Amino acid sequence: MSDAKSYDTYNTAAAPLRFHQETEHHPENGTLLGFWLYLMSDCLIFACLFAVYGVLGRSYAGGPTGAEIFELPLVALNTSLLLLSSITYGFAMLEMQRNRVNGTLVWLAVTGLLGAGFIGIELYEFGNLIAEGNGPQRSAFLSSFFTLVGTHGLHVSCGIIWLITLMVQVKRKGLIGPNKRRLWCLSMFWHFLDVVWIGVFSFVYLMGVLP
Amino acid sequence: MSAHTDVHAAHDGHDHHHDPHGEHHDDGIGHVSLKGYMIGFVLAVLLTAVPFALVMSGGLKDSGTTALVILGFAAVQIVVHMVYFLHMNAKSEGGWNMLALIFTAVLVLITLSGSIWVMYHLNHNMMPALMDPRNLP
Repeated sequence: MSDAKSYDTYNTAAAPLRFHQETEHHPENGTLLGFWLYLMSDCLIFACLFAVYGVLGRSYAGGPTGAEIFELPLVALNTSLLLLSSITYGFAMLEMQRNRVNGTLVWLAVTGLLGAGFIGIELYEFGNLIAEGNGPQRSAFLSSFFTLVGTHGLHVSCGIIWLITLMVQVKRKGLIGPNKRRLWCLSMFWHFLDVVWIGVFSFVYLMGVLP
Repeated sequence: MSAHTDVHAAHDGHDHHHDPHGEHHDDGIGHVSLKGYMIGFVLAVLLTAVPFALVMSGGLKDSGTTALVILGFAAVQIVVHMVYFLHMNAKSEGGWNMLALIFTAVLVLITLSGSIWVMYHLNHNMMPALMDPRNLP
């Protein structure tokens, strides 16, 4: 009898605590979890494109090989731009955490410029390839290359548009709750694109120039 | 349980100091730290620079080995980015983030290895017969 009683006491003591914990972090995070799920589905798109490139990447149809057309110094520059933009976005997040509007805006602008530089160099590379007759229609290798790298570039471009939109919103409304949430989503998006780029420069460019 | 309470105390303390508008817990969102970003950045730079240097200097003669090294570095760098930049851990969103990530990783693995494996064998089995002049009409 006394055993059962002490068990009861234990139960009532433990139950409210657990209840408290569960209500604490559930409803507020819906957006971030949803956005994470979107990123994962985006990840699947890239996985398909990587698979296509993996299958077709050596089908040159008599055209140029990766070793002949890839300019690694340019790719290295591009990679460093994107990597730098990741850390500058991190600085923007730190400033946001301290509720400094101007600091956040400055670092966001730097991030946007680095992203624009990345896109600029990529377009320059694409332009050169197409001008030399090595456009996407040249071979299966080039089709899959343009699709994969182009899709990534398109994502970065969308990220820049989103970033500018957020800068305007932060400028006008300040670092209010919704804006912070949006900045978090863009942070995940931006860093996710950097993760995809790791796959691109490793799998496409570096492995593509190997003999 | 006590660890959780501690975290909470720290959380509230933080809001008190840095949130003059008193709108707290808009987040439920994680916390970022300069240290975390810097560790991640330094690691990422190293993990990027080594494979680039390896390929651009033509360091390793054997392509297969080089490819494996590149892929190894890429895998580690992806984990570094996930942890330090995307702030992944087993606890965020009550573990759902991690679950979705694992699920996606499995799908990605199946898609990639499956496509390359199947298509490689398809090429392997089809091509020689087509290329052989005796089999051509």
